[in-house]
Formats: sequence, C-alpha cells, structure tokens
Amino acid sequence: MFELLGIPPQVLFGQLLLGLINGSFYAVLSLGLAVIFGLLNIINFTHGAQYMLGAFGAWMLLNYLGVGYWWAVFIVPPIVGVTGIVLERLLIRRLYHLDHLYGLLLTFGMALIIVGFFRQFFGVSGLPYPPPPLLTGGHNLGFMYLPNSRAWVIFASLIVCLATWFIIEKTRLGAYLRAATENPTMVGAFGINVPLLVTLTYGFGVALAGFAGVLAAPIYAVNPNMGSDLIIVVFAVVVIGGMGSILGSILTGFGLGLIEGLTRVFYPEGSAVVIFVIMALVLLVKPAGLFGRSA
Amino acid sequence: MKKMGFILASTASLLMAGAAYATDVKIGVLNDRSGIYADIAGEGSVIAAQMAAEDFKAADKGINVSIVSADHQNKPDVGSNIARQWYDTENVDVIADVPTSSVALAVNEITKEKNKIFLASGPASSDLTGKACSPNTVHWTYDTWALANGTGSAMVAQGGDSWFFVTADYAFGHALERDTSAVVEASGGKVLGAVRHPFPGQDFSSFLLQAQGSGAKVVGLANAGGDTINAVKQASEFGITQGGQSLAALLMFINDVHALGLDVAQGLVLTGAFYWDMNDQTREFSARFQERNAGQKPSMIEAGVYASVLHYLKAVEAVGDKDAAKVMAKMKEMPTDDPLFGKGTIRADGRKLHDMYLFRVKKPEQSKGAWDYFETVATIPADKAFRPLADGDCPLVK
Repeated sequence: MFELLGIPPQVLFGQLLLGLINGSFYAVLSLGLAVIFGLLNIINFTHGAQYMLGAFGAWMLLNYLGVGYWWAVFIVPPIVGVTGIVLERLLIRRLYHLDHLYGLLLTFGMALIIVGFFRQFFGVSGLPYPPPPLLTGGHNLGFMYLPNSRAWVIFASLIVCLATWFIIEKTRLGAYLRAATENPTMVGAFGINVPLLVTLTYGFGVALAGFAGVLAAPIYAVNPNMGSDLIIVVFAVVVIGGMGSILGSILTGFGLGLIEGLTRVFYPEGSAVVIFVIMALVLLVKPAGLFGRSA
Repeated sequence: MKKMGFILASTASLLMAGAAYATDVKIGVLNDRSGIYADIAGEGSVIAAQMAAEDFKAADKGINVSIVSADHQNKPDVGSNIARQWYDTENVDVIADVPTSSVALAVNEITKEKNKIFLASGPASSDLTGKACSPNTVHWTYDTWALANGTGSAMVAQGGDSWFFVTADYAFGHALERDTSAVVEASGGKVLGAVRHPFPGQDFSSFLLQAQGSGAKVVGLANAGGDTINAVKQASEFGITQGGQSLAALLMFINDVHALGLDVAQGLVLTGAFYWDMNDQTREFSARFQERNAGQKPSMIEAGVYASVLHYLKAVEAVGDKDAAKVMAKMKEMPTDDPLFGKGTIRADGRKLHDMYLFRVKKPEQSKGAWDYFETVATIPADKAFRPLADGDCPLVK
C-alpha cells in the first residue's frame, strides 16, 4: 500500500472523514452567518452564543421536561430562532442605517452578556448530555471506527445546507430574499413586506446556529464557552468563502474542515492557526473571498 | 482641658499599640475566572482564601487581611501584567493559586524579583520546584511528578506498559508528558508516541484516532479541565476503551467528573491530593464551602488555596511581621497542620509534602448522589508521593 509522508492511508482516510465532520459544523454555522450578512448586512457576533443556546436548549429539554434528543432536533432550533427574532426586533433593527461596526459591537456585546449569564448559572465545566440510544455505538469502516453520532452530524448538516441553498437559490421566497438584498426599496415597492422578510431571515440564520448547537450537545461538553471558541474560526471560514455567499460558505466550511483535519495529522501544533493562515493568504490574493463578488 | 485630652488620647493609642501589633496583609488570588479552569479554581479559590482568613480569626490576632482577585485568562502576558501591577502599585504581599503552569512560571519569576510570596496551589508543572524553583514560592497541592507517579505507576502495574500521549501544547502538558514518560520507562514500559493538541481544544477526535491507531495499551491524557472533559467524552464516543485500550486522565478534578457524569467517567483512575469525603474535617469544610460556592464541592486546588493561606497567616502571626524572607523561613520551619491536608511539611525547594491518593471514579450504582464520585484505591505516603529533593535540579538545594 502507498504511504504519504509516513502516514498509512487508513489513518489518512480516517482523518479526512473527521475533517469533513468538523467541516459540517463550520458549514452550518457559517451558512447562518452568510445568510444574515447577505440580507441584513449585520456581522452577527452573537452566533457563537446562539450555537451555545442550542446545546443548552437540548440539555434543558432533557433535564427539565424529559424531552429527548430527536424532539430537540426539531423543537430547539425554532425556539432559538425566536430569541433571535426578539433580539432583531428590539435592538438590531435600530442599527440598519449605521455602519457595520455598530452591528458588530451590539452583537458582540449581546454574546458576552448571554455567555456571562449562562456561566453564572451553570459554571464553565459543562453539563453531561447522554447521546440517545440510536447514536451510541458505531461502525468499523475498515480504516476507522465511525461513531454513529458523528455519521449523523455529517448527514444532518448536509441535508440542512442543501435545503437552505435550495430555498435561497431556487424558490420564489429565495428570489424575494435575494432581490431584497440587492434593492430593498424596490422590492418593497412591489408590495413585499421587506422588514418582515429581514426579521424572519435573521431568525432563520439564528435557528441554524441553534441547530448546530443541538448537533454538538451529545459530542462536545455542553458549556457556556463552547461557542466562543468556535465562532472565531467560523468567521474566518465566512471571510475565506466570501461574505454573504451561500454556496461559498458551505463549500469553504467543509473544505476548511478537511484542511484542518490534515493539519492535525501532519503538524498538530499548527491546527489551531492553519485556518487563519489560509484566511490571510486568500485575502491577499482575492480580497472578496473565494466565492465573493467584489463590490 | 484641650491639652489634657490630647495627652489622654496619645497615651491610649500608645497602650493600644503596645497591646497588639497591627499587620496589614493583602492577598491576591490570581486565576482563570472565565475560561476552562474557572470551575476548578476561579471564584471558588477566592472563597477558599476568604474562609481561611475567617477561620484563622485573623482580625482578632491583629492581622488585617484583605483579598483581591483577578482573571489571568490563562495567558502568561496577562498574568504577568496583573502580578506586576499588584506588587508595584497595589501593595499585594502574596499571590495565591494561579492555575495554568505557563502563567504560574511567569508569576514565580516576578515574585522572586519583587521579593514577595507565591502560594502556588493551582499550577501543576514540577519545574516550579525543579529548575525554576524560587525561595519565594511554595508549591502546595500537587505537581506533574506526583500525578505521573500515582496514575502512571498504577496503570503500568495493571499491565499498561505501552503508552500514547494526547498532550495540551503548553508548559503544563509538556511537563506532565515528560514526567509520566519517565515513570512509564522506569517501570519497564515504553512510550509509543504523542500528539500535541492546541490549548484550549474542542475537538479531540483526530488526536484520539491517532492514539487508537498507535496500538498503545494506555492512552494518557496530559491535559486538564475542559480539555480533559471533552477528550474523555469523545474517547468514549470513539470506543477507545471498548477497543481494549485504557484511558488515563493524568489530571482530573472532581468538577470534571461532575461535568462528564458517572456513565462516561466511571472506572477512571486518577491521582489527587484532596477529596471532600475523606474525614469529618474535610466534610465539615466542604459543606460550608459548598454553601458559598453555588453548590459546588471544593476541588483539590481550592482546598490547597485554603490550606496555604491558613499556613501563611500562621507564619505571619508567629513572625509578627510580613517580611517575605522571614515569613518564608517560618513557613518552611513550622510543620503544616490544617483540616484538609492534615500534617505536613514544606521542603527547602518549596515543595509542600503531604499524602497523595489514588482514586477510582465510582460506578453510577455505587454513587449515593451528586458529588459522591471517588473511592480511594491507595494512599501514597508523603515521603513517596513527591519527587525526591535531589532529583529536581533545584539550584536552591545544590
């Protein structure tokens, strides 16, 4: 069998698959950010906190109401989405006419408040979330042992990413959205309720973050800081893919997951920075990102 | 009349000064208050320091204790800045706790330079009493050598003679990996490899897969806090133990077990200096502590902050002064005695000596409820628990 730089192919395939799984989280989260930025021009720094809310939502449903994981997958994202809608209606709405920077500051501040609130009540060590029976165990693929929970993550996020892409690019609702992004005044003149569209879009982007949080609950420790660590990477993914590009953020999410996975084999110490190195390189060559159109 | 009043007042104040000296002592608790180590140290350590001052009845003994705290964010530069500011402008006499070895090593140097006192309860690196040892530092609770000696030897004795390390990529992880490798090799085992993960980490699947592929009998986790929690959780997900490998969490705190749940953590063997349910005194302290710390039992770090501050205050009382050199000499001369660690001593290199324990995490059916997590497997006596003085390369004892 061939070996690549001393790494046997089984190991390599395993790492590539794991990279894709991590990429799924990046893809779902960056997709939400891209949708929100595309329509609202808001850089949603609360995204990491909303991802954390998703995981805590699942934990609370299980521990306070005895509602299991599979229900949580459907119940929690809309709830998190509604918290986003409230936030948009009350606060973010007031900043649309201002520079991006204000939106960034507001959402960043909101993230700090939400995370601080949860830290106060739940500590930082996190809470146990047992995976449902269907997701325990796994399969031996020959080159690696694939836990069912990870297989489910990759499957679920692919479905959600494709569905989102389809809605935005191929349906009438998506056409309204894209039109409102280009020229909100004109779309409003055609009788479409643009503010409502904007609110719902923000809610949807936030629900995507909540969804990723539910997916993460059985895998990672459910703790208040879980999103803060991830969100910076996800922002880099969005920047590399091109701000506001739907397909771009999905593809870069999975792609960067792969690259990060490979770095973990060849030079694990560098795996935390590789994405930022790529971001710097991409910005040098294509400032609008890989899939972005320059203004 | 006015003159008479003045004389009376000055006599009274003279008498008071003769009856009791007043020493103002300022203790700075420096640790992680928001990140992955905030539950094992954090606010709990501040509470522990306050409880030490209260239980010592410092005010009645003429010692005015004030306690300040700050968040070093696990960053050596942030920690160094706070330490310098505390020593230079805020008259802090003692810095306590400081988990995160990289930060602690920086604070260790600054404390020596400023001739103050560092009561290190939080950090693990055995370098603090080795090549970086300082006449101004007491390393109280545990260290990487003691962890390696406890858990490492126990695993090798059970037949785990080949190891692969998953190591946090900073001073602490490196020291723990180094000390454990030495123990494993000295007991006839071998180390097959190691992977260094970024600190703090979230996804450990890739590193665990490499550990699985190595075929080592033991996967040693040389990390702590949130990193260990995530790694143990994911090791269970990837079937590391079902595949016949053993998992060794080389540094594990009771809070980590609480976060993981017994289903995932059961059977893990770990080395520790303190467990709340050891005797009446530890139970009494822990019950009081739990009330003040949002329902959490003390970790061994928090227990160490309590005990080290208590011993420091006793030394200040005995010396009648807070001069760093005199107080350090007294702390090393007086045997230590506190309700949490019992009787002990402080060695010339700054190492506090007490018994260490090998614990095993209980099965869910053995546990009576929250926080009933450990059973004691073995007691490692104080003279065997820590690195022999001669092996540490500490310049102070050459």
